[in-house]
Amino acid sequence: MDIHEHQAKDILAKFGVPVPQGGLAYSPEQAAFQAREIGLPVVIKAQIHSGGRGEAGGVKFCRTDEEVRQFAADILGRQLVTKQSGPAGKGVYRLWVEAATDIAQEIYLGFVLDRKSERIMIVASGAGGMEIEDLAENDPDSLVRMIVDPASGLCDFEARELAFRLGMSGPQIGQMVNTLRACYRAYRDLDATMVEINPLAITGSGDLVALDAKMSFDTNAMFRRPEVAALRDLSQEDPREAMAAQSDLSYIGLDGDIGCIINGAGLAMATMDMIKLAGAEPANFLDIGGGASAERVVTAFRTVLTDPNVSVILVNIFAGINRCDWIAAGVVQAYKEVGMTIPVVVRLAGTNVEEGRRILETADVPIITAGTLAEAAEAAVKARPNAAAA
Amino acid sequence: MAILITPETKIIVQGISGRIGQFHAQEMIETGTNVVGGVTPGRGGTTVLGKPVFNTVREAVEATGADASLMFVPPPVAADAMMEAADAGIRVAVSVADGIPAQDMMKVKRFLRRYKQTRKMRLIGPNCAGVISPGVGFMGIMPPHIYMPGRVGIVGRSGTLGYEAASQMKELGIGVSTSVGIGGDPINGSSFRDILELFENDPDTDAVMMIGEIGGPQEAEAAEYIRDHMTKPVAAYIAGLSAPKGRKMGHAGAIISAFGESAQEKVVILQEAGIKVAPNPSSMGVTVAEILGKKAAA
Repeated sequence: MDIHEHQAKDILAKFGVPVPQGGLAYSPEQAAFQAREIGLPVVIKAQIHSGGRGEAGGVKFCRTDEEVRQFAADILGRQLVTKQSGPAGKGVYRLWVEAATDIAQEIYLGFVLDRKSERIMIVASGAGGMEIEDLAENDPDSLVRMIVDPASGLCDFEARELAFRLGMSGPQIGQMVNTLRACYRAYRDLDATMVEINPLAITGSGDLVALDAKMSFDTNAMFRRPEVAALRDLSQEDPREAMAAQSDLSYIGLDGDIGCIINGAGLAMATMDMIKLAGAEPANFLDIGGGASAERVVTAFRTVLTDPNVSVILVNIFAGINRCDWIAAGVVQAYKEVGMTIPVVVRLAGTNVEEGRRILETADVPIITAGTLAEAAEAAVKARPNAAAA
Repeated sequence: MAILITPETKIIVQGISGRIGQFHAQEMIETGTNVVGGVTPGRGGTTVLGKPVFNTVREAVEATGADASLMFVPPPVAADAMMEAADAGIRVAVSVADGIPAQDMMKVKRFLRRYKQTRKMRLIGPNCAGVISPGVGFMGIMPPHIYMPGRVGIVGRSGTLGYEAASQMKELGIGVSTSVGIGGDPINGSSFRDILELFENDPDTDAVMMIGEIGGPQEAEAAEYIRDHMTKPVAAYIAGLSAPKGRKMGHAGAIISAFGESAQEKVVILQEAGIKVAPNPSSMGVTVAEILGKKAAA
């Protein structure tokens, strides 16, 4: 789960990370008010769940009240398309107005889960400002990595060592140690999966200040972090994915036209691969999860059908914890309730498969059945209304 | 003999009183798995499916001599159940829970290091289908009838793709020694490498089918192990050729976030290590037949 920059700054400031003075605005008037409170010049930053805002025109340095109002009026309500946002972009509904900072140097600082060591890893570079992917490609030698032992947490000597390796000196060392400890504690105490400050600026007077901040959280831990869960902003999420998640379905919209309803993430990915090999593209990833009821299958159909590009639905179930009879009942129910107008291909295997197949055969619905994964993918590709023309 | 589950393995089910726990425990017992009891805190002294229920894993181990545990414990408390099992002397544990916080798993992995190798618990999962040694027994949620006893090991992240492989192999008359689901989470108890090592040392396994997916470094680590240490042939399949970068494909761990984590890159890494990679998910069985030196019947 992602949160906005201003929320991440708010959290990190509470843990002790230095951030510039700033305020939130939902209208040009509020932006002008915040700018007056802070004192011009200010930087105005569109709050969306995506990086690359600067290049996309979502960040502006404003010297006058007029500039503030003008930029705020221009950007609020717009879909901002960045290189990370996807072609639809993300809606700008709030702005962060911040005191302008005199920057002498930019540091990159990130905390991530390192899957190799299975621990929290700190990644830092004295050449901040650009994205970590670009840093890793263009200036890999500048990257400093440190893995934190969860039993001891981040020790001061380790934090000092990291500061020295970034070429810091004097009072910056103490500030960097505090910043590193604060980020580590925020990561650990709030079940984050990523904390990134890019850039962490060294100001003209030699002080550290976090100019941008990004935090992501472990969805699996939100049951014990209600204060973080409350920061979720549905306006930044794909509405179909959010709707599916509410029914325990894992759905990801893609660009093709074959709608997929599958159990198990691995089988779902494999079925998508099979569709691609059969010469078509999947419209979505959808894992109905374990113990799926007929109702959940119906919801899965409804979710897949919200995508207007879908021209055929492929259901592929290899039941272990699931039961083919429940799935089959759900498919039949969905066919009737949803008012299906496109072909449906169903492949069932595993627990209670005979019963499941019997339900499909005796129900009065024109479902195409398939015996194997390959047959199912080929049948779905062939069943597309435009397949004959292609 | 197979790995992880042998005829001597005594299994308890943590969470045996719950609906899901009971459903799968019953199937295990019906297929001849040696289930000796269960654990549900507060239900000690009762029986479920004719097996004694204990309040703690320690009591269950002391009373029954159990050395393995299958856990049907919800994600928020799953890590605690793992640590309880490890502390009670359980040697093999399987967790099927999907949705355990990553930091809980970090804690569990650290906790397991308390114990000497001679009594350390081997954790399989979480977020996995479990372990089955066909004809011997199983601990998990897989449909046992799709597996034919035999001499090829299966190890995979995805449960359902493991079923797919086993049924394709069965069609070709190839049986399974043991099938292990290591789970789809970013931090798991046992890696591909860990399980491959068990198969390499198992006299009843002749070859291995490894089923990976996008995300994480474990397939690359396995490739290195296979190249340098394995004498038995290994076939592989990597799911997610059409998965977009930066999106979580269902499994918490199935996300391409670094170089070498896409399916295409993993396929190349495996091929460079001399591993035969199935070009698509419906040719997993045929690829196993090839490494066994058999000609596919069809």
